[in-house]
Amino acid sequence: MTDMPRTATPRVLVFSTNSISDPGIDLAGSRHMHYSPGVVVISLPCASGIQPGWIVHALQHGFDGVFIAADGDECAYLSDCSSRSAAIVQAAQKALSERGIAASRVKMAAICSVCAEPFTRQVTEFIESLAQVVV
Amino acid sequence: MNGRRIGVFVCHCGGNISDYVDVAKVREAVRDEPDVVVAETTIFACADATQQDMVQAIRDQRLDGLVVASCSPKLHTFTFRGVAKRAGMNPYLYTQVNIREQDSWAHTDDPAGATEKAIQLVRAGIARTRLSLPLDPIEVETTPKTMVIGAGITGLRAAIGLADIGLGVYLIEREPQLGGWVARFGAMYPHQRKGWELVDQLAAQVRRRPLITVFTSAELTAKSGSFGNYRTEVRINREVPETIQLDVGSIVVSTGFETYEPAVGEYGYGIDGVLTLPEFKALLDSSKGELSYNGRKVSTVAYIYCVGSRQPDGNAYCSRYCCAATVHASLEVARLSAGVQQYHLYRDIRTYGKYELMYTESRERGSVYMKFPEEAPPAVARGADGRLTVTTRDLLTEGAELTIPADLVVLVTGMVPRKNETLMGVLKLPVGSDGFFNEIHPKLRPVETVVDGVLIAGTCQGPKNSSESVASGLAAVTQSAAILKKGVAELDPLVATVDAGACEWCGRCEETCPYAAVSRAHSDGRDVAQIDPAVCKGCGGCAPLCPEGAIDLRGYTDAQIRAMIDRLVEVSTA
Repeated sequence: MTDMPRTATPRVLVFSTNSISDPGIDLAGSRHMHYSPGVVVISLPCASGIQPGWIVHALQHGFDGVFIAADGDECAYLSDCSSRSAAIVQAAQKALSERGIAASRVKMAAICSVCAEPFTRQVTEFIESLAQVVV
Repeated sequence: MNGRRIGVFVCHCGGNISDYVDVAKVREAVRDEPDVVVAETTIFACADATQQDMVQAIRDQRLDGLVVASCSPKLHTFTFRGVAKRAGMNPYLYTQVNIREQDSWAHTDDPAGATEKAIQLVRAGIARTRLSLPLDPIEVETTPKTMVIGAGITGLRAAIGLADIGLGVYLIEREPQLGGWVARFGAMYPHQRKGWELVDQLAAQVRRRPLITVFTSAELTAKSGSFGNYRTEVRINREVPETIQLDVGSIVVSTGFETYEPAVGEYGYGIDGVLTLPEFKALLDSSKGELSYNGRKVSTVAYIYCVGSRQPDGNAYCSRYCCAATVHASLEVARLSAGVQQYHLYRDIRTYGKYELMYTESRERGSVYMKFPEEAPPAVARGADGRLTVTTRDLLTEGAELTIPADLVVLVTGMVPRKNETLMGVLKLPVGSDGFFNEIHPKLRPVETVVDGVLIAGTCQGPKNSSESVASGLAAVTQSAAILKKGVAELDPLVATVDAGACEWCGRCEETCPYAAVSRAHSDGRDVAQIDPAVCKGCGGCAPLCPEGAIDLRGYTDAQIRAMIDRLVEVSTA
């Protein structure tokens, strides 16, 4: 279980990527598309650099969900970025399960540099899905 | 406490942020954060005067950390790195916090939530900065060539400009011939030069420059690599299609526009004698002697402005070139056939700048202008006698309803974004809600995109006339030169590093790096991993694979990310 109590407004940590998904998230704001202010973003160069431990740390310390806005096939660094990112998510989910935290609190989706609407929709749906998660 | 001295500047962005985020509350919430010695709000953080204030604060307060909470890092990272440099502070001790695109603009419906989020974001930025280290940029050689996509007047002029400053140019045109829209035009405003003559002149200049290589019937199909060194694939659609690889340092996109195509029945479109502005322009340019249509002399022309433009449920924007183009066309008609009656039915006339003189001349030469109400646009019909009629209300004559018999009705149509799914898929350039490519900032970085080294120019960016398009093409030339003429690009030194003391050398990092940046080295009698900072691309992909946690990515270290997570999750008590 988590070390900190969950808050009324679901808190979601998004890991984005500087060149691909972060511009997509920026574009959502530029178009004044709304999503929950409980969503905060840490941008990294590449989704394959996310440490599974960061995901576990975030969920243990009060975030309700972690959303990885991955590059998909657009990654400028690594042609196998998608499979690397998937392996990171799996490793994090395994570690979460061992700690009694639902693996469904982690979601990954490819968000491109113009994916304003998909990001807004997916992160909103993710927050809605978290309401059904009990651990 | 680790003894740092950090300055925090929270920007109003002239209301873009402070209309939704209580920036004073943010400042108060972070001013007592560990290591923060300066916490201020500012109306525009990017303004020259504010930058100077920051420089002064860094010097006076001996700051060794800077946090600017304003817009996206895509916009002003280099601005504030420059501030740090000018103040004598290492630029990598500065952190940008995005409280505009990812906060105030995304939460205009929840100011309290946006303010709370801003506090969390700024605290996370401070936490990251407390663990920042001074770094020096890495220099890489750049490819001194630019790809120009689209050989209309913008692309042709840009190619010439690039070649004249010594850069190689690959000019890629999807059509079999050069010139785009302008090649189809006769006399153009304001100089009366014919469009096809201008294009011929530019094409001749292109041919005289050996630095320019032209590919027609060609399309960009793939792009890889990074800023300064892109590898592209171009498909040439010959009888036997061929794909070639071209290495370039930057890309200028000048793919132009389409014109609005009215639906059948929209303002009578589809009735014989109802033409769009480009169709009328083609008729005019091909006319010898008096104006005629289908062999019949034209005595009366009615122009209906803003067709397909400024529509709440369609194209909301104004194409702005079409008023002047129509007024110019009416002057051409007057020169061709002095007796033609011309009626201009408009919502507003926007012959801005010097083009106002054409508007005046048009009225002096007999054109009649009638302003119709937005809610009651003109109606076009074919009468029993076979003649077209346009019925309109004229607000300038107390809303009187008038019926105008006309031989031709010209629907003044604007520009719409050109459909090019392949190019969109390859370049992944952001488009605005209007469908045109988006620049980073319309005033500060008007031809740059979020994709480093990929520039936009001309009407692919939004409606422009040809001279404005060429001006933006030349801006893209300058920007390309700024990138490529130095011969080297400065890349962020945010590369992976190994803690040799923690490394047990398992070789996984070496196996996983496709760039061969990792190798085995010896340190204190042990085998350890070693990362070449000049080869490392800074993806960080090796770090999660290290079983010992011995690899960190500079700027995104394990300690920094965990510290950020801790501060992001906290709910403010301010």
